[in-house]
Amino acid sequence: MPQIDQISEIFASQLFWLVLTFGLIYLVIGRGMLPKIEATVDARDKQIAGDLAAAEAARRTAEEIDEANRARAEANRAEALKVTQAAKESAAREAEQKVKAADVQGETKVATAEARIREATEAAMGDIETVAAEAAQEMVARLTGKTVSRDQADNAVKAALANG
Amino acid sequence: MAAEAGKIDPMHQFEVQSIFDGFSIGGHQIAFTNSALWMVVAVATLWLFMLGGMKRQLVPTRWQAAVEGVTGFITSMMDSNIGPQGRKFTPYVFSLFMFILVANLLGMLPTGIVGIHPFTVTSHLTVTGVLAIVSFGIVLIVGLLRHGFHFFSLFVPHGAPWWMMPILVPVELVSFMVRPFSLALRLFVAMTAGHILMKVLAGFVINGLNAEALWVAPVVSLPSFILMIGITLLELLVCAIQAYVFALLTSLYLNDAINLH
Repeated sequence: MPQIDQISEIFASQLFWLVLTFGLIYLVIGRGMLPKIEATVDARDKQIAGDLAAAEAARRTAEEIDEANRARAEANRAEALKVTQAAKESAAREAEQKVKAADVQGETKVATAEARIREATEAAMGDIETVAAEAAQEMVARLTGKTVSRDQADNAVKAALANG
Repeated sequence: MAAEAGKIDPMHQFEVQSIFDGFSIGGHQIAFTNSALWMVVAVATLWLFMLGGMKRQLVPTRWQAAVEGVTGFITSMMDSNIGPQGRKFTPYVFSLFMFILVANLLGMLPTGIVGIHPFTVTSHLTVTGVLAIVSFGIVLIVGLLRHGFHFFSLFVPHGAPWWMMPILVPVELVSFMVRPFSLALRLFVAMTAGHILMKVLAGFVINGLNAEALWVAPVVSLPSFILMIGITLLELLVCAIQAYVFALLTSLYLNDAINLH
């Protein structure tokens, strides 16, 4: 086995070169490069964690804004409902008043019209009475040859009308 | 592979050969060997790999994601085994894991086909031994610095009755002292055994094909070749597992030193 057969002759050389090469690896790679690579990895991990935290915070803000918007929309809808309710009520009240006013106007018109009708009827009635009385005087004069006074004829007509 | 007159030596691949003589320190010759070459190749490969992770983009490219995956793997292992105090030792465990992993995988490269024989650095006891001693030394130093002599309470299991101590303390002590050996031997043996197995099977394939009797090739070479495909895949798995085990055990030992138990 050369590893053991040669040991006394190669030991110094092996030790020297091992110390040199391994020392180089330790100083240049282990001490020099490794911490930088670790720092890169750590920085990346930190950045990822930070980004995730920022994303989480952004999500939370978005949720809050969404919640606020929803609440505002709710309030707006309630407000709109109130306004429409009020508008509907006032419109109904106005319409009622207009109807009432129109009713009053109509009633007065009807009343005057009725009064006029009554007057006209009465006038017509009066006319009928005089015509009836004259006719009655005439008929009595022709039938009996007697003259009936105007008052008598009037009374007779009135009595007949009252009975009729 | 030394194929002298049809003989295939599975141990030849572990031989350290001098590329140039280098220099000498304190009477020791420091040659630049094939082992040293492959250590340098491992450093270069690892550095190139890590360079892809240095783009530091927010959205990683594929390569950057791969590098970050490996660093994240070790970082999370340290975090779960030791806790926040383990961060200080992540560079060491990461270096250990990556060096062993890259060295293991480089040893599996099929570049022998074009004449460049890969050398598995981690199949050498000298290398794994030094790494294990360094890990063990760090554990000892950290433990003693943080807890002083209280560190030795590691050898006294919680909740055991006092009269069990004469048995338990030596057992714990031995299991503690055995750690660097188990660390070093586990990796060394796993890599060595795997490579010997692959080399032996490859020898079967080649010797079978070269055999004079024609029936030998389909009977010996073909099954060996099929088996070798499976063994190679298994070895790739072992490369990763051994690197992981070394790093994991180091982190567990460090946990003992930092948090006691």
